[in-house]
Amino acid sequence: MVQLLQSAIRFSAVFLFGCTGEILTEKSGHLNLGIPGIMCGGTAGGCLGVALYMASLSDPSKPDYFALVMIGILMAFLFASILGGIYALLTVSLKCNQNITGLALTTFGTGFAQFIMDNFVERGNFSVASTYIAQGFPFAQKLGWFGDIFFSHGILVYLAIIIALVVSFFLKRSKIGLGLRAVGENPGAADAVGIKVDKYKYISILVGSGIAGLGGFFYVMDYAQGMYDSYATIEAFGWLAIALVIFTLWRPNLAIIGSIVFGILYVLPYFVGGDSSTRSALIKLIPYVVTVLVLLVISITGSKKAQPPSALGLTYFREER
Amino acid sequence: MSNVALELKNITKTFGSVIANKNVNLVLEKGEILSLLGENGSGKTTLMNMISGIYYPDEGEIYIDGKLTHITSPQDAFNYKIGMIHQHFKLVDVFSAADNILLGEKMPTYSIRENAKKLLETLPQESLIKEVKKGEKVSKTLDFKVLGDYALTYLKICALPFIKLGKFVQFDFLANNRAKKLQEVADKYGFEIDLNKKIYDMSVSEKQTVEIIKVLYRGAEILILDEPTAVLTPQEIKKLFDVLRKMREGGKSIIIITHKLNEVMEISDKVTILRKGEYIGTVETKDTSEKELTEMMVGKKIDLKIERTITDFDKPLLEIRNLSINGDDGSSKIEDVSFYIRGGEILGVAGIAGCGQKELCEAIAGLRKIENGAICHKGDSIVGLPAKAIIDKGISMSFIPEDRLGMGLAPNFSITDNMMLKTYNDNKGPFVDRKTARKNAEALIKKLEIVTPSTETPVRRLSGGNVQKVLVGREIEAGPNVIITAYPVRGLDINSSYAIYNILNEQKSKGTGILFIGEDLDVMLALCDKIMVLCHGKNMGIVHAGKVTKEQLGLMMTGSLDLTEVNAEKNYGIAKDSHLTEEQWEEEKEKTEGKGENEDE
Repeated sequence: MVQLLQSAIRFSAVFLFGCTGEILTEKSGHLNLGIPGIMCGGTAGGCLGVALYMASLSDPSKPDYFALVMIGILMAFLFASILGGIYALLTVSLKCNQNITGLALTTFGTGFAQFIMDNFVERGNFSVASTYIAQGFPFAQKLGWFGDIFFSHGILVYLAIIIALVVSFFLKRSKIGLGLRAVGENPGAADAVGIKVDKYKYISILVGSGIAGLGGFFYVMDYAQGMYDSYATIEAFGWLAIALVIFTLWRPNLAIIGSIVFGILYVLPYFVGGDSSTRSALIKLIPYVVTVLVLLVISITGSKKAQPPSALGLTYFREER
Repeated sequence: MSNVALELKNITKTFGSVIANKNVNLVLEKGEILSLLGENGSGKTTLMNMISGIYYPDEGEIYIDGKLTHITSPQDAFNYKIGMIHQHFKLVDVFSAADNILLGEKMPTYSIRENAKKLLETLPQESLIKEVKKGEKVSKTLDFKVLGDYALTYLKICALPFIKLGKFVQFDFLANNRAKKLQEVADKYGFEIDLNKKIYDMSVSEKQTVEIIKVLYRGAEILILDEPTAVLTPQEIKKLFDVLRKMREGGKSIIIITHKLNEVMEISDKVTILRKGEYIGTVETKDTSEKELTEMMVGKKIDLKIERTITDFDKPLLEIRNLSINGDDGSSKIEDVSFYIRGGEILGVAGIAGCGQKELCEAIAGLRKIENGAICHKGDSIVGLPAKAIIDKGISMSFIPEDRLGMGLAPNFSITDNMMLKTYNDNKGPFVDRKTARKNAEALIKKLEIVTPSTETPVRRLSGGNVQKVLVGREIEAGPNVIITAYPVRGLDINSSYAIYNILNEQKSKGTGILFIGEDLDVMLALCDKIMVLCHGKNMGIVHAGKVTKEQLGLMMTGSLDLTEVNAEKNYGIAKDSHLTEEQWEEEKEKTEGKGENEDE
């Protein structure tokens, strides 16, 4: 049980990064279906950074913890933002259809990631780097099961939770956040009060993509202990992260709990499944089923509080009637 | 100092091949109310959008306080203290009123460089080294007091970015009691509104109040109101005008767009008239009359009198008994209403907006389930029939909602496509017949003088009034035997309104029964044969239009006079020569009890 919760919470960070990033993007009225590709891009960027850093060391078995983590995070964020920038350029400035652009970006991002990982990333030192990145608080072991569940994780897990809380606070209690929500709800209204709609959209897409990119990096470097075989796993997490946005009703603070629930559902097969692939496949279905159910409930109750941003997916032209 | 707040010179704006404004001039003085008058599509809204930064003029100059200015964005407009209240409110539905008012507020500028400069000026002028006389000797020492001053000043300069950050955080933070603080502002201007309320829970009038508070809160000196009265009740209009007058006394300049001439005469100091995008002239309100304004607006004299065609009444076509309908939120919208329409008769429905008119229309058209009662067309119950079957029976419904585009037309479709929406299934074979539809569209454009580049232009690109003509025109083209039309002239100019009245009269003389849900009592008194008054979903009585006064109707609309109680022995809304006998009616009612709904809404 402890082990289940421990790995569920650790695993939840993958979803949480992706989900928080997507929520931030969707709040600006842009449904970014490129998130899976962007998460792959973030993985490639982060891994590239780590590989280059490790290669530059004279003694690769003793990297500097702070430098390692910072380089990884920054590179992952940067690469993901660049991919997000492509999406933003196409959908915000050139007014392309968001769904098609997003899907194209996913195809592009996954291929791009595979290309980088196969050709430029030397993965020899990844297991060493992973032990550094994934190390928990030193006092965790002294606290028994409590420490195992809450304090044994790598820094990125806590970063994910902190980012989610900050984004939640930002959206709810700051005027800029209010402006961003207005852009997603009714860009015409936001424009009429002098909010620079395109600027808000660009920034939220870039930052949101960057945050999502950390999810892929976290998965490879922390959860999978430096193992990487193909983009397909990370892409799947990307789709789940988008589903999670609906599941948590576009609220990053709920996303913390939601991602843990998804995390439990995702790791559950490894604990109860045994060798029955049918059962584990069925359990893996649950997140999607739950998402559909949540959508159903939203639709039936019609609660105004739990609706997606009303301008989600719509392109904004100022001179349009 | 000049007293002119805003001046437009030779403004021209075109959209594709359509000229929206051509050489328009306008002068607005401080502390006055100017009416902008013009027919539909005469470019009033376009002109105002150029002042508020939504559009940019192709040619011409805008002067504010005598200075030439370029307004390229709404933000610019705000910087010049121009606030526009749009016809379609620019409010975020899921936000509270307070959040909508705060939205987009800019932090007061805090320049680090400026503040640093100021601090540097306070630096002591004395030299750092001071000479101390000690007897004969003059020794030089550091003046620690001056040094301290220097150090403190530079420390303060270093702290400036942090002060700025602090101020920003303080500004950016949305306090929980933000609504309360704004409420004080609202109370000061005399607005009665709960700022914690969400916009989607608000009435149109409340939304408008929020818009007005919003621009006032942001310090607007020039206010532009685009058809503010189109959706308000008479009482609300009175309240709005009081507020406008108060603002005028406070020195604000106001431009108001309206179609209603009596309002122009009542509220404005000056009137500027546009016709088909061209500037016609400006007159002082006190020197003019409604008639003169109408002439300037439409360019030719028109007959203000509406003919009431006299026809022979047929048997009742549509009969409704004891109808009760619930609204979307489950509250009762129509309660126990009975009425009937004969062929060759126009039955007017008067009532304050939101008194169940919409629900009534939808129920008859088969779009909304009913709670109780019976609806019979030529003796056959139509309760529970799908909308298509009801249309096939010859019942046509055209409802012009407040936003005009909401019901009946597909905004992205062309006029031709919209014409086909109801008839595409009529011809044989798997393909649609565009040729006939286009011919019909062309005929309609000609008949109703719809201004459009072509039959293939999406209707959302047409002006509001033209969109409406398309909808009403299509419904009548279908050749129905019962027409239900709600607000067919909402927002239309006089010429178009008369075109529509004439069409209705023409239909009436052909023996069609018409249910006319309207706003303007004068029009209804002239046009309708009988008028039913609704008040909060209750039937206040049905009166002959020729035997009732406007005041009486007003009393009934507000619920002060209930004829059904005064003349209890008279059975209002029950036809004596009904198609069905009383027993059959009871049967119909029982059948519909509890069910009677058409599920595919």
